[in-house]
Amino acid sequence: MPTFVRTDKCDGCKGQDKTACMYICPHDLMMLDKDGSATGHAMKAYNQEPEQCWECYSCVKICPQQAIEARHYADIVPLGGSVQPLRGTDSIMWTIKFRNGTLKRFKFPIRTTPEGSINPFGGKPEAKMENITKSGFFNQENGYRAGNPAELIRK
Amino acid sequence: MAGEFGKPQVIEEEVDILLIGGGMACCGAAYEIMRWADAAKKEMGIDLKIKLVDKAAMDRSGAVAQGLSAINTYIGTEQDPADYARMVSNDLMGITRDDLAYDLGRHVDESVHLFEEWGLPIWKTDENGERHDGSKGLPALKDGGKPVRSGKWQIMINGESYKWIVAEAAKKALGMDRIQERIFIVKLVNDKNDPNRVAGAVGFSTRDHTVHVYKFKACLLAAGGCVNLFRPRSVGEGQGRAWYPVWNAGSTYAMAAEAGAELTMMENRFVPARFKDGYGPVGAWFLLFKAKAVNALGEVYMDRNKEMLNDYPPYGLAAVPASCLRNHLMLKEMKEGRGPIYMDTVSALAKLRETLSPREVKHLEAEAWEDFLDMCIGQCGIWVGENIEPEKKNSELMPTEPYLLGSHSGCCGIWVSGPDDLGAPKAEEHAEASKVPGHLPSGWSWGYRSMTTVKGLFTAGDGVGASGHKFSSGSHAEGRICAKSMVKFCIDNKDWKPELDTDVSTLVDQIYQPVRTYLEHKDYTTAIDINPHYITPKMLQYRLQKIMDEYVAGVATYYTTNAHMLKVAEEKLEMLKEDAMKMRAKDLHELLRAWENYHRIITAEAHMKHIQFREESRYPGFYYRMDKNFVDEENWKCFVNSIYDKTTHKWTVFKRKHVDLVDKSKLFKAAAH
Repeated sequence: MPTFVRTDKCDGCKGQDKTACMYICPHDLMMLDKDGSATGHAMKAYNQEPEQCWECYSCVKICPQQAIEARHYADIVPLGGSVQPLRGTDSIMWTIKFRNGTLKRFKFPIRTTPEGSINPFGGKPEAKMENITKSGFFNQENGYRAGNPAELIRK
Repeated sequence: MAGEFGKPQVIEEEVDILLIGGGMACCGAAYEIMRWADAAKKEMGIDLKIKLVDKAAMDRSGAVAQGLSAINTYIGTEQDPADYARMVSNDLMGITRDDLAYDLGRHVDESVHLFEEWGLPIWKTDENGERHDGSKGLPALKDGGKPVRSGKWQIMINGESYKWIVAEAAKKALGMDRIQERIFIVKLVNDKNDPNRVAGAVGFSTRDHTVHVYKFKACLLAAGGCVNLFRPRSVGEGQGRAWYPVWNAGSTYAMAAEAGAELTMMENRFVPARFKDGYGPVGAWFLLFKAKAVNALGEVYMDRNKEMLNDYPPYGLAAVPASCLRNHLMLKEMKEGRGPIYMDTVSALAKLRETLSPREVKHLEAEAWEDFLDMCIGQCGIWVGENIEPEKKNSELMPTEPYLLGSHSGCCGIWVSGPDDLGAPKAEEHAEASKVPGHLPSGWSWGYRSMTTVKGLFTAGDGVGASGHKFSSGSHAEGRICAKSMVKFCIDNKDWKPELDTDVSTLVDQIYQPVRTYLEHKDYTTAIDINPHYITPKMLQYRLQKIMDEYVAGVATYYTTNAHMLKVAEEKLEMLKEDAMKMRAKDLHELLRAWENYHRIITAEAHMKHIQFREESRYPGFYYRMDKNFVDEENWKCFVNSIYDKTTHKWTVFKRKHVDLVDKSKLFKAAAH
């Protein structure tokens, strides 16, 4: 399902040097056509290598204009369906339209803390150099499984 | 001031530790390393300079970019790391390093507990046994909350933002001034005074005309597995719909091999049996929804063909037979004309509905869709296009094209030093020990944990071979294990200065050669892609995929090969490797693709050489050497390892002894005959 950019919605991220979709695409697929020479649509983004698209939807989810959608891989999938998300800060909503018109909607949580709120070392102990060659991480959060020594048959 | 196309600006930088990659492993390392770096500064006055480079954006890079619907490795309080090591071993047909699996099993839950603290919603079971999504405020795992197990080791999550969350913690821990995105590292550089040591790495920006040369004492190379080295089943637009991420280009294996690192089990591959074409996950369908896979006649082939498991003792006799053997039984159905294979979603959901309230049925439907939407949206695309509602219509299953990886149900990768407290062998004691090249270490634990056989080069996640089944959480934990030992390595080598064995201008020339080839020859013909002086990265990839598919046991031959076919592949790959020196790049995007495909070729060559060397068929269902179509426990229950000589372009392949550190017999029932 390569992604495509709708000409009526994309604003090229308002003339910034780099669009949100270019920033996020893990496979370097999204391009901003600054002068329209590649697509005929100046200052709009496009997927430069659709057959390399993993359909990860990173661009779809991040686009501030909701200008990016996906058209199912034409060499595999009959036309007419669509799967479109709206990703918020704590949940994602999906609108799923079947070829035959059946419609489904789902909403799922995506995180339980406010975006940007992670305090990575807050309330955590410091590391101690005396432990650097010992097993275990700098912090122990009730998750280290020491194991039954009797299981180790060569020790 | 940035350079221009063909004349890049060169930026040199010296650090103590370079993290190459931005996926789960490097995010784990980024988190753990700062605490130890702070301790080194505070207690010893050693100020370590650390940097992370990622070819993409960390928020959505690596294998977890799209999200996941489960964390596949969570040990919990009821199981022992030894149980985990046993499972890993059996799924990979007995040849894994128990020391690596066991050590991962000890550590991995710490990372899972952090993910939950950072905001990852983890499904829970309440006191009545009902399932709830991770936003309902039930107790956290570390406080005794009960996860929803979709298998012995897996727990269900609402994981759309899994990577986003893990990256936020990593970025904050490291600080953005220590992170550079959109830098693609192409090669490692050995030390001038010690060819068995790394001193640097070189890559380029995909965003501006700069080449980046890093010098360092230590580096963590964790840039994923290898995808699309075989011709995929879909060759049009759909070729991007690989099961594992299409951007995993074998960079980890190729760069390590060229730096002289010992690879292990590169003959291993993973051929996942997944929902056809979309490659949607099957785990929750099998384990949570209790669906059965059936042939076109509705017969459960795992039952119909169960006698075939007896052909492969003891691995077929475990309660859960090895993954490859499950494929082996499926392939029999396909080859004998009883396909298509289906996941019987209709019966499974009907059975579940018998005992559920309407509210629970609605929840169940949402769970089934979320399983795909969290991690494989493309599968939903196929369902909507083909009007498939799982309660009304069954979906096809199909074994995919082969993938190379070390973190999922595969174990190819790099040979690393393991923990020294688990009873791992310290010496090399076997009949062919003399064939192990003399400069390589003996035993499984020769120094810094997670260091490869090349000094200063560490790896994690898909990079670590002979283990497997670490998945997202385990890769994060493994990155953290590396972080600690890299800090120790740098402290122990604090006065050592890296010197590159190749001068910077030569390195820049090598990296930008595809651009120069293009600029020099582009006006020779009227068609930009057809020119006798160069080859496009895309055609290079197609050629690689054709060779691998047709001669090295791809889907075209039902995963079969033999010594003769491998010999042909060997010659064709050598010529392909020569032609890779004529890759062209018409822009920075194509320069990225050029070097990705070069990495794929080196990785593919390693795969082929290892299959050639191992004179048996260790993984029936993943590949068959039809001239050696048996498992030979006496001669081949051993590691196959190799090193590559970047000067002569030749491989040396050899055996290392396998031993068990935990008792495997607990897994097996007695053979049926």
